Amino acid sequence: MSNANVQANLSNLARYQNNFLKEVEANVEEGHMVKMCMQCGVCAGSCPFGPDWEHSPQKIFMMIRAGKRDEVLGSDSMFMCTSCYNCIVRCPRQLPITHIMHGLANYAHRIGMAPKGQPTRQFATLFWNNLVKKGRVNELTLTLGHYFTNGLVSGIKTALGMQSIGLGLFMAKRLNPMEIFGGHGVKDLKGFHAIVAKAKEIEDRKKGFTA
Amino acid sequence: MADNKFAAYICSGCGLGDKLDIKTLEKIAQKEGKMQVVKSHPFLCNAEGVQMINDDIANEAVTHVCIAACSRRAKTEAFHFPTVAMSRANLREGVIWIVAEGEAHDEVRQEMANDYVRMGCAELKKMKLPAGNPDTAHSKRILVVGGGMSGLTAAFEAAEAGYETVLVEKQSQLGGWAAKLWRRAPFKAPHAEPQDTGLTVLAAKVSSHPLIKVHLNSSLAETAGAPGRFIVKIAQESGAITEETVGAIVQATGFTGYDITKLPELGGGQANVVDQAGLEALAIAANGGAIKRADGKEVKSAVFVQCAGQRGSGGNGSGRHLDYCSGHCCATSIKQAMYFKDQNPDIDTVVMYSDLRVPGMGEDFYRSAQEKGVIFTKAKVTAVSGGDACKVEFKDLILDEDTSVDADLVVLATGQVPSAGVELDAWTQLTAEADGGSDEAKQKIVVMNKTSVLNLTYRQGPDLPQLKQGFADSHFICFPYETRRTGIYAAGPVRRPMDMLQATEDATGAALKAIQAVENASLGRAAHPRSGDLSYPLVRLEGCTQCKRCTVECPFGAIDEDERRFPVFNEQRCRRCGTCMGACPVRVISFENYSVDTVGSQIKAVDMPDEFSERPRILILACENDAYPALDMAGLSRTVYSAFVRIIPVRCLGSVNTIWITDALNSGFDGVMMMGCKKGDDYCQGLGTRPLPHEQDRRHADPARPGTGARRHAGSRHHRQPARGHADQ
Ligand code: SF4
Ligand code: SF4
Ligand code: SF4
Repeated sequence: MSNANVQANLSNLARYQNNFLKEVEANVEEGHMVKMCMQCGVCAGSCPFGPDWEHSPQKIFMMIRAGKRDEVLGSDSMFMCTSCYNCIVRCPRQLPITHIMHGLANYAHRIGMAPKGQPTRQFATLFWNNLVKKGRVNELTLTLGHYFTNGLVSGIKTALGMQSIGLGLFMAKRLNPMEIFGGHGVKDLKGFHAIVAKAKEIEDRKKGFTA
Repeated sequence: MADNKFAAYICSGCGLGDKLDIKTLEKIAQKEGKMQVVKSHPFLCNAEGVQMINDDIANEAVTHVCIAACSRRAKTEAFHFPTVAMSRANLREGVIWIVAEGEAHDEVRQEMANDYVRMGCAELKKMKLPAGNPDTAHSKRILVVGGGMSGLTAAFEAAEAGYETVLVEKQSQLGGWAAKLWRRAPFKAPHAEPQDTGLTVLAAKVSSHPLIKVHLNSSLAETAGAPGRFIVKIAQESGAITEETVGAIVQATGFTGYDITKLPELGGGQANVVDQAGLEALAIAANGGAIKRADGKEVKSAVFVQCAGQRGSGGNGSGRHLDYCSGHCCATSIKQAMYFKDQNPDIDTVVMYSDLRVPGMGEDFYRSAQEKGVIFTKAKVTAVSGGDACKVEFKDLILDEDTSVDADLVVLATGQVPSAGVELDAWTQLTAEADGGSDEAKQKIVVMNKTSVLNLTYRQGPDLPQLKQGFADSHFICFPYETRRTGIYAAGPVRRPMDMLQATEDATGAALKAIQAVENASLGRAAHPRSGDLSYPLVRLEGCTQCKRCTVECPFGAIDEDERRFPVFNEQRCRRCGTCMGACPVRVISFENYSVDTVGSQIKAVDMPDEFSERPRILILACENDAYPALDMAGLSRTVYSAFVRIIPVRCLGSVNTIWITDALNSGFDGVMMMGCKKGDDYCQGLGTRPLPHEQDRRHADPARPGTGARRHAGSRHHRQPARGHADQ
């Protein structure tokens, strides 16, 4: 209880001050551009998902400036971005909004504040892990993995529902059932893993994560 | 005096010859117009045509010339015959360009042209070549009132242009508001950083200029006279009086900040809640170091509240303060937030705005502040508490929530209140009461006069008329600097709210206007808008009934009264609008080239068709400042309007004498339309001052659809001659 009070007080103090804005600038891709938003709302009006998000990009930027750290990093709004680039094209202040959305999502994910069970986030994790394993996406395991994220029963149901499509793909030689046993990888798998590890190291260093 | 010889010249160029029967026009000029010389030319405005006219003037002793060709506003350089009286019949813009094409309209087109030739000749018969005002006024010195940024700039620019200048400043030093600033918003690219005010340099240039004489600790005890011959009494604080003669005056008396203590709802009056001037003082004291509050504490966080007591209910505060935007305060707050950020980027600065207004290059300045980390938030402030820990409660309009923020210092962006002196409507009211014997009113006038800037001896009051919200302007858009007192020009924030850059540009413009005024006055000509006009109001005092209408109605305060209550015209103050002529019930005021007769004879010259011919006639009296140019534009764009109208340009609707309406209706016109500005618009020179029975008829007059139907109407000055001139009511 008392701990929560301290937290609340802290966030109270930080209202409309630069603390969180500075954190975003230091850790989020293109985060230094957040302060340049002039709150015109063009992005909010341009986003095809605008009505379905909790917070539009415009609001997210104002929330960052208002010091609302928990609300921003705990929000699923950034995960809703489909990278259509409508907002970037239209922003009169030329903010790389799409990149900032993904940067924020990534940062929230890395520090463990992103909402649990957020489907976009789950799928992205699944996709990444699948990809990194062999250097290429294994469509069969990715699809099945996706079906079963919500438990066994629903997984089976979805899989059965998709049966005829699977069969069609198989007949057209677009789906190899043998891939279920690990599947094939890229040529130099070791080299690929080294590249990914290096990239992660660079990113961590840039964003100040210690491994 | 040599005999008058009248000549008419008809042009058949520009398609006039194709659309009109020039022979008929010639015959009309000769027979009905009684012109002694009548000639036509296929291209009248070319060198040959003009030479033909000049030859007639030189060899045939022609004294009066009627040009029947294009509008009087066209080809003025070609048709410039300064030694003869001239009228113009507008056959191009006024007839062939606006009457519908085709044979079906040939007859009405020709009738219209015939009438304009008749009218041009009739007008000419009543005109005289203006002899010019022998009473010229020769002082070309310029007085600048106020030694702030605007005043200094006006004085410097006028002096640089070669005019001797006298500058009067109330304070003991030059600088005015600018002297209270630490830095100014940038004037030049890249518009990113606050700049030095530039005051020291400018003040030094002014003080050492050989053509500028500076009076410090001084104010104007009296201003009398007119352009070219103002006599001002400059009173020193000590009481000593110096008299100076000047030709024109620039009033650059600036503004004061809105009283912050009138804003208790925004914490005004509480400790550590300051206005922008208050913050400038703290910044000057800090001299580039950390800015400290009055109690000595270093400021670590500052909140700026924009539109404090401004923009009515659109700004912050109760909404019962100033209704306008002062224009500079957004950029000023941006600049002030930079004072903090530049000294220490860790200081938190929040600017709360409802609309951040940074026109022009101010947008770059705004971006620069964002780069520096100034936080901008769209907010409506609900409460401010000052003291050791200030708190600003507000609604975040983007996040749609009520919240608050703590700060060491709160800065309120309050507005500019013009220092324009006495408000003349109130003054006039009190004067009337005082004349009626009220001692209380007399007392009040004494108090009121103490606040006067100019202390004019004009019967219309001691200061410049104020247009809106106390600002001394004639009209913001149409006539910048031109106040309603000829030869006196307002510049800077006393004229309208503005920032320093605009004020310096304004001051330069006003200095040029002042130069225009002294030059014209020295030649006995009108300053503007009839710049160069040599005519001026002539009054037959024998017939004057001392009714005072002309003195009251002259929008420019040109007429005083002598001891016997006769009008005394100050020609140099006069703008030749003719309002006095329109006002005079006994019609004793006229100009040599514009009079009750010159217009009246045109009205009577129009040929009236048979009552049952279905060809009505509508008279349009069109103001030459706005309506007549608009009608010319209609011609230029080939807009068709009724061929049943007959248009006479007038100098101002104020110059319309009711007798013209009576004449028109008596001679068979079906209606009269007044075209110009409407009362209360103060649109051009504040002349639309007298109400008409049908106000809408002046404003929305549409020549394409004159009142030809059942509703025929005539405007009349009903408070002068009630119940006359109403056509069918
Ligand atoms: S790129 Fe993302 S945030 Fe931008 S408009 Fe598209 S979906 Fe919306
Ligand atoms: S379009 Fe750009 S400037 Fe406008 S609100 Fe969105 S991010 Fe801000
Ligand atoms: S012409 Fe106009 S400005 Fe001149 S004295 Fe008459 S009313 Fe005044």
